[in-house]
Amino acid sequence: MNPPKTATAKKVNVAAARAPRGGSEELISGSEAVAHAVRLADVDVITAYPIRPYDTVMQYVSQLIADGEFDCEYIVAESEHSQFEIVKHASAVGARVFCGSSGVGWLYAFEALAVTAGLRLPMVAMVGNRALDDPGAFGVEHNDALAVRDLGWMLAWVATAQEALDTALIAYRVAEDKRVFLPCAISCDGAFLTHSQAIVNVPGQDMVDGFLPPYDRAEKQLHPDNPITIAPQANEDWVMEIRRQSDMAARRARDVIIEAYDDFNAQFGRGGEPFIERYMMEDAEVALVGMGTLAMPVKVAVRKMREQGKKVGFVRVRWFRPFPTIELQEALSGVQAVGVIDRDYSFGSSFFSGVLANDLRSALYPMVNRPGIVSFIAGLGGREVSTDNVIDITNKVLDAASGGDIDDQDTYWIGVRE
Amino acid sequence: MQETTVALSDFVSTQVLDRWKGIKKVAREEYFTSGHRTCQGCESALVMKLMAKAAGPRSIILGATGCMYVANTTYYSTPWVVPWMHTQLGSSGSAATGTVAALRAMMRKGKMEEEPINVISFCGDGGGADMGLSAISAALQHTHYNLLIFMYDNESYANTDIQVSGSSPYGANSTFSPPGKVQRIMHRRWKKNTAAMLAAGHPDCKYVATVSAGNAIDTMNKVRRALTIGGPTFIHSLDPCPKGWDYDPKYSHEIGELAVETGIWPLYEVEEGKVKMYGKSKHIASGAFKRKPVREYLLRQGRFAHLAEEDIAYFQGKVDEMWEKWLVPGVIPFANA
Ligand SMILES: Cc1ncc(C[n+]2csc(CCOP(=O)(O)OP(=O)(O)O)c2C)c(N)n1
Ligand code: SF4
Ligand SMILES: [Mg+2]
Repeated sequence: MNPPKTATAKKVNVAAARAPRGGSEELISGSEAVAHAVRLADVDVITAYPIRPYDTVMQYVSQLIADGEFDCEYIVAESEHSQFEIVKHASAVGARVFCGSSGVGWLYAFEALAVTAGLRLPMVAMVGNRALDDPGAFGVEHNDALAVRDLGWMLAWVATAQEALDTALIAYRVAEDKRVFLPCAISCDGAFLTHSQAIVNVPGQDMVDGFLPPYDRAEKQLHPDNPITIAPQANEDWVMEIRRQSDMAARRARDVIIEAYDDFNAQFGRGGEPFIERYMMEDAEVALVGMGTLAMPVKVAVRKMREQGKKVGFVRVRWFRPFPTIELQEALSGVQAVGVIDRDYSFGSSFFSGVLANDLRSALYPMVNRPGIVSFIAGLGGREVSTDNVIDITNKVLDAASGGDIDDQDTYWIGVRE
Repeated sequence: MQETTVALSDFVSTQVLDRWKGIKKVAREEYFTSGHRTCQGCESALVMKLMAKAAGPRSIILGATGCMYVANTTYYSTPWVVPWMHTQLGSSGSAATGTVAALRAMMRKGKMEEEPINVISFCGDGGGADMGLSAISAALQHTHYNLLIFMYDNESYANTDIQVSGSSPYGANSTFSPPGKVQRIMHRRWKKNTAAMLAAGHPDCKYVATVSAGNAIDTMNKVRRALTIGGPTFIHSLDPCPKGWDYDPKYSHEIGELAVETGIWPLYEVEEGKVKMYGKSKHIASGAFKRKPVREYLLRQGRFAHLAEEDIAYFQGKVDEMWEKWLVPGVIPFANA
């Protein structure tokens, strides 16, 4: 049982991505965009439970159902634990499911999240990223979704409402592919994406039908015609083999994601490169790396710095699991230093960095000429990361690149009162 | 077997499972067979067998963590002939809800052939009446979902080595409530009145029953009634557990019958809002049968061996109160003010 070779950095035909085709243009929020994706995917079972900011998606979903635009079993659960358990069981019967949460709600469901991945049950969930209590805060932090990073969940981070809609469709295709059969969470930064409107191309049903095949659980479907026993007590006799199967699925997910983006680009005329977005990286000497809506101030800052002749680029991580090791190695191979901006924390971890910085360091470790990595924590609890913050960060990275005082084995908190 | 044909749009039809009138009418087929590893004399394992037999082949059974999972369903030696799936300790309500939701949606949308399929989700007293209570309560509110929550109550968290739960009887010795040099009684909570609480709290739930496997035919018929009447339903079974209750395994049935005869375990069903006592409990309620003293039950079990006379008197007093002072004797407490 040899694992498939980690796929090489296969290029997706981004050139095929021209003007959007079909569908309609709508001014909608990230949450509403995901609701449209759920409708277009003809989801069968949806469960809701209130917590800001993800819950806006369920407000849109419930309205679509009430208006007869979409047919599914829609259940308002009595806790997030039940919310996720209900869709987990529906998925085992072969239903396409949707769910979501934020912050402590996502953690309230943690047991269900673990078993969903453990059982290899496909599910698409939206996380409206939110700081974990205590202290109470509605704003974005990425620690909620990141908490499941080791369990088999695939994790995507999106930057725009359009990307939220597109990624949800891609997520169904990947999660329900029998080579994968793993759940997928789409992270949308609280407020900055969940509640902010933008023009979105909402595709037509026929386009989505052409891209997304029905969910077929086949011989794993729980049904009287197929009287299987799911999840018996396995213990040390078999658990390791079962874990190994999950590992293989997580490895295979890479190629399935690449295939899905290939088709999506070809059929929808948009979608971009899977795993990462490269911004002004061709000749970059230093690079910033981050996830989610951070892209906005970062791109503005990069342009400003470019005007001053500083060769700065940005790599946005679109998929955190599977982690884009190959793509990041390739994209960052030519730069002198990297600044990772984490909207999360990992207290007590190596260099006291954030989660993204820690994973990036281990991904780049095998490179012969690996760049220095300076770690930054910014924008916690929904605090704005301003263009000036990003310029400050970039200057520190440039300083590290030229052998200045900035230590690439340290972590700097940006925009914090000391 | 005749079948009803109510429109699928809201209420999905149920299988009509006739009442079995006597042992000779009971189906011969078993859907819970060899392969399990429960203790000798385990009443709950027998209850699983009765439950599956009563439901028949067109059923999906879901089981929460506990003895009936861990000791019952080993990889590569499943005893389940019908489709079966594990659910988390507190998730029996959610497992049933999700399974039924999927069947409904897929049948309505033409993604699955239309057919009434029984969905039973079982749980122990720990998983059901403690951790899973909120999810069961939520499941019982989905009046258009046909599902049965079956709680097998062995009066402890048995699988984890017998710890007290909210359904353990007053004073019971367990690994978390051992009698000691200073404190004789470590477990002071009175057993939850789970079935009646759920029946009273969910008036749209059409069927709630308590059962005792000492009467196997009744137990199976309650399951068949619950599945036929449809909507969300609940059955609570009191299952003597030789390991946790500490008695010779050959007495499981006898101890179960004593629980009824002492009035500790009333047998009743609540159908469409009407309470009906049955078996010996009916005769206790009518006065035709005189309750046996609780000491006859308590002193048969090692878990009560440390009880002093005053503890037994307290126990007896609480049971007397239940039959003499309750609004509905044996079922609903409160007295009119
Ligand atoms: C969330 C969670 N907490 C604790 C456990 C440990 N655990 C496994 S079985 C069990 C006992 C459950 O008791 P009950 O529901 O009464 O079933 P029984 O074992 O008595 O059959 C417990 C506590 C678990 N599996 N999951
Ligand atoms: S401990 Fe009790 S419930 Fe568990 S298998 Fe043994 S007898 Fe059955
Ligand atoms: Mg128990």
